[in-house]
Amino acid sequence: MSVFVTQLFNGLSLGSIMLFIAIGLAITFGLMGVINMAHGELIMVGAYATYVVQQFFAQYAPQSMDYYYVIAIPVSFFVSALLGLGLEKSLIRHLYHRPLDSLLATWGVSLILQQMARTIFGAPNVAVLPPKWLDGGVHVAGMVFPYKRLFILAFVAVSIFVLYMYLNKTAAGRRIRAVTLNRDMAACLGISTQKVDAYAFAIGSGFAGLAGCALTLLGPIGPTIGTYYIVDAFMVVILGGVGKVIGTVLGAFGIGLIGTLTEYSTSATMAKVITFALIIVFLQWKPSGLVSMKTRSLD
Amino acid sequence: MIKKNWMYWMFFLALFLAPFYLTEFRLSLLGKFLCFAMIAIGISLIWGYTGILSLGHGVYFGLGAYCMAMYLKLEASGGRLPDFMEWSGVNNLPWFWKLFEHPIISISSAIIVPVLLAMFLSYFTFRNRIKGVYFSLLSQAIVVVFVTLFIGKQEWTGGTNGLTNFSTVFGFSLSSPLTQIVLYLLTVVLLLSMFLFSRWLTRSRFGRVLVAIRDSENRVRFLGFNPTTYKVFVYSLSAAFAGIAGAMFVLQVGLISPAMMGIIPSIEMVLWVAVGGRSSLIGAIIGAIVTNGAKSFFSENYPDIWLLFLGGLFIAVVLFLPNGLAGVYQSVKQRKKQGEVRANEASSHVLQRVSRF
Repeated sequence: MSVFVTQLFNGLSLGSIMLFIAIGLAITFGLMGVINMAHGELIMVGAYATYVVQQFFAQYAPQSMDYYYVIAIPVSFFVSALLGLGLEKSLIRHLYHRPLDSLLATWGVSLILQQMARTIFGAPNVAVLPPKWLDGGVHVAGMVFPYKRLFILAFVAVSIFVLYMYLNKTAAGRRIRAVTLNRDMAACLGISTQKVDAYAFAIGSGFAGLAGCALTLLGPIGPTIGTYYIVDAFMVVILGGVGKVIGTVLGAFGIGLIGTLTEYSTSATMAKVITFALIIVFLQWKPSGLVSMKTRSLD
Repeated sequence: MIKKNWMYWMFFLALFLAPFYLTEFRLSLLGKFLCFAMIAIGISLIWGYTGILSLGHGVYFGLGAYCMAMYLKLEASGGRLPDFMEWSGVNNLPWFWKLFEHPIISISSAIIVPVLLAMFLSYFTFRNRIKGVYFSLLSQAIVVVFVTLFIGKQEWTGGTNGLTNFSTVFGFSLSSPLTQIVLYLLTVVLLLSMFLFSRWLTRSRFGRVLVAIRDSENRVRFLGFNPTTYKVFVYSLSAAFAGIAGAMFVLQVGLISPAMMGIIPSIEMVLWVAVGGRSSLIGAIIGAIVTNGAKSFFSENYPDIWLLFLGGLFIAVVLFLPNGLAGVYQSVKQRKKQGEVRANEASSHVLQRVSRF
């Protein structure tokens, strides 16, 4: 029983990390259809932003070190969002009708960002010390649930809730959905699609930054952290189905649970192989993913 | 046309004569680049002509290379267990390794294994009408699967180090310059035959269907063709090219490891084709040679700048040169021709070619 609960918790925990790295993509890829291979590097930028905030606190306000993380969350969001905005305005704007080309160009961006991180922060990984109040865990019937994992679960739940409310309950969110559903009609009704594209992309990038901030709790970060996660992130969004945020949530927790269950019965490498193979097989059966938008169009 | 053919022949003649004017080191480098050019031809066929962007060609290249490398490793071990197997505590040669004691099985499987995988994968994906970016991302997932598998099954594949330390092939020493020259010439012959075959293919009726699939797959379907058959065939063909390239690569470089078939090399393969011109076969060959030449120059002299340069190259090619070097050549030629036509006051609209994509 306790083994089962622990595995379930590990699965949810892995799922929450998967979800975090994929929320941003659910907006930029799922809603807007842009293949942003630099998404992983936006995660990296968020992680390094957290690192910089921590260094800043250690330097100038060591007495309030415990609370640096509270500041780091918005900072990592805005740094990545600004970078994303710049990326959209300078590059991605020109490639909306050429998805395969945007894939290649953003891959180029990711290489440049990686090299810049290497130049600024050095090639070795840097460690971000998690705040003290996240040490330890909850003990229930001989099982330990670390605070860090619980915090990430809560963090991702809040993020998803905020994103859902934003997309469904605010005027700006409605505009994003309108442009997603029918770009030309939205433009006819007076929505500036260019503006919507820009801020939707910035928000997606901002969520990537938050993911980076959350990942610093789990281990050291390095310039290539993005490459490590990018394929996983795309798999989550494709498995979940594009166009609906709820699909991404299901996809992430599905991958998390399958991953931990196979890892429990085999090894870490085989778990990854089996999970990916299962996703590929599943997509053969349901090419549009778990939750799909109903459409009558041919392509 | 005759003039254009003449240039192709000059190019291949220059490659054939390379052993006379290049040092041993440069020749082995060029031989490596020509293996990459084989992959580039395949990618040009599927991407430039058919519109399938595969980010997984590293796998086919790697499988071909491993098939060849297993034979070489067994020959180098001379009847004993390969060294890495002893280190990982394997006592008997696994059954599938035994097959690779025969050179014919090993060489033919360097083609058959990648082709079978490509056929299996592409048949189901294309039949289920998974296309465009979805296919690209799925092919990337395949890369992750294989690289993880090859690293994880260390006792069978040599893990991260891959397979290396070969000595002979069919009894000839791999380190002797003569063997290397023979292998180089074999590479050129193979490249030339792949090029000629692909050129014939793209100019046939089959090639026109491929271009039609790229431009409007549904229309092709409505006209009564089955795009799946065409796509599976051309995808498997490009996998075969990549497999052959892998085998020749191992023979000349003497090393294959999972890092050479990973996500980054697979995307770099696409870049070679993008630089050369995606819908030009000769452009793909030149793109592979030029990009890799630049890579070895930069990474030898300025390793820090290389990634920046590579990233910038990706962006610049996509934004400014969608048809690559071949496109630049075409438009320069066209401008010249148009100038002449204007001078003759003839109509120029026939020559105005619309560049697609």
